[in-house]
Amino acid sequence: MNAAVTARPPAFVPNWPARIAWIALALYAGYATSILDVSWARFVTGVDNGIRFVGRMLPPETEASKMTLMLRGIYETLEIAVLSSALGIMLSLPIGLLAARNLMPPWLTWPTRLLIALCRSFHQVIIAILFVKAVGFGALAGILALTVASIGFIAKLFAEAIEEISAKQLEAIRATGAPFMNVILYGVLPQVLTRFVGFATYQFDSNIRNSTMVGIVGAGGIGGTMFAAFQKFDYDYLLTILLAIIALIMVSESLQNWVKKVYQ
Amino acid sequence: MPAESQPRADTPTAALEIRGLKKEYRRGEPVLHDISIRIPGRGITAVIGPSGTGKSTLIRCINRLVEPTAGQILFKGLDLATLRGKALREARRRIGMVFQEYNLVERLTVMENLLSGRLGYVSPFNAWMRRYPADDIGTAWELLDTVGLTAFANQRADALSGGQRQRVGIARAIMQRPELLLADEPTSSLDPKTSVEIMELLAGLTQGRGIPVILNIHNVPLARRFAGHVIGMAGGRVVYDGAPEGLDDTHLKEIYGGEDWLE
Repeated sequence: MNAAVTARPPAFVPNWPARIAWIALALYAGYATSILDVSWARFVTGVDNGIRFVGRMLPPETEASKMTLMLRGIYETLEIAVLSSALGIMLSLPIGLLAARNLMPPWLTWPTRLLIALCRSFHQVIIAILFVKAVGFGALAGILALTVASIGFIAKLFAEAIEEISAKQLEAIRATGAPFMNVILYGVLPQVLTRFVGFATYQFDSNIRNSTMVGIVGAGGIGGTMFAAFQKFDYDYLLTILLAIIALIMVSESLQNWVKKVYQ
Repeated sequence: MPAESQPRADTPTAALEIRGLKKEYRRGEPVLHDISIRIPGRGITAVIGPSGTGKSTLIRCINRLVEPTAGQILFKGLDLATLRGKALREARRRIGMVFQEYNLVERLTVMENLLSGRLGYVSPFNAWMRRYPADDIGTAWELLDTVGLTAFANQRADALSGGQRQRVGIARAIMQRPELLLADEPTSSLDPKTSVEIMELLAGLTQGRGIPVILNIHNVPLARRFAGHVIGMAGGRVVYDGAPEGLDDTHLKEIYGGEDWLE
């Protein structure tokens, strides 16, 4: 053995804090399982119930009046999703810009970040309950609730995307004597546009799913009809609604792919 | 265009005069110590010196991408060091800049990058709609012909090679119709052959238009070949200021030798 070699420090230093954190997580997961009475027996009965439930769903309801009711719900859901996404995206652009710490002074980014954090604090359904109380039952409450949720998501990601842009490109545009708005248009926007389109289409997809939820608390859309079907044990109708929602999501998925292709 | 006032104490032939310029990024640790230089009104003035000696800071103080701590920068009767807001933007419009890493907007096309040189003159709405004066678009096509990139006009800048990008960078600066051009190590990221081609292009385009150039460069042979005036910097101070012919090994040893490399 060469003495110089043995004297060297190890090539890979173990990361003890990370190891301890993993062990702690595993221990807590075991503890939580024991407390919550999660057992194999309960799981087996659950599977049994599930099979019976699915059996009662088949075949799906296709009666004309119910189909009309469902379609009306789906249309409303779609309206809520499109309007809240459009409104949310439009508001997120300036809000995200104001929150970007590489472009704006702290006295502006700080309150804007607080506003975004506030929008993100609660689940859409909770915000929807607040808006139902404020503006009454119906689609308006759903639109407003999902707009707030969209701002919380897109504005935050948009601000982060702006903070990661290359300062060199910005510097070059600034050096031409361009006014601030032109610096944004040529130095910032081209660098973040594809990512912004990605966030926006993802949020639209989420909003379609979320807009099926807010109906449960009376904020409009297919969710209300679905919840009623649940409570009336109308499981075959429930299946029809679920299939319609799946179809809607798939259409939105292909729309997203198309939009992303247009913007590269 | 702001009314051009007469040059003050600086001689009519000077493109720029810097007096007592000092820059500290951290208090008490000056990067530039009391720089006083005069840039001739014609030709290329090369600023040579090792990396980290403040060449880049000096050039960025001129168009205020970096804020000077103290001193005056006199340009066409204006003190660039004191300008703010609109006056600063209007002064920047008159000063073109070429960067070491080209600093093109990668996702815009070559044509859009060229026209971004006119952003100081175009309203945000027209800039967004890509509505530029026909005159500017004509100049852009001519410049693309000159730099040999006409076929690339509608390609995105990230599709270009290093040499091609720097050609676009130079064309963008010329699009400003500048009265002074700042070039910060424009050839340092390029191979030797392309470096010479880029320098020939830069010299040709500015000479024909009578634009004085301040060129940061650490390559002494290139500086000697293209510059009419040389400023040597070491440790944040000017140690040589004169004709390229007067630059001898003693000066070069003072500029590049010793501990200055470590700064």
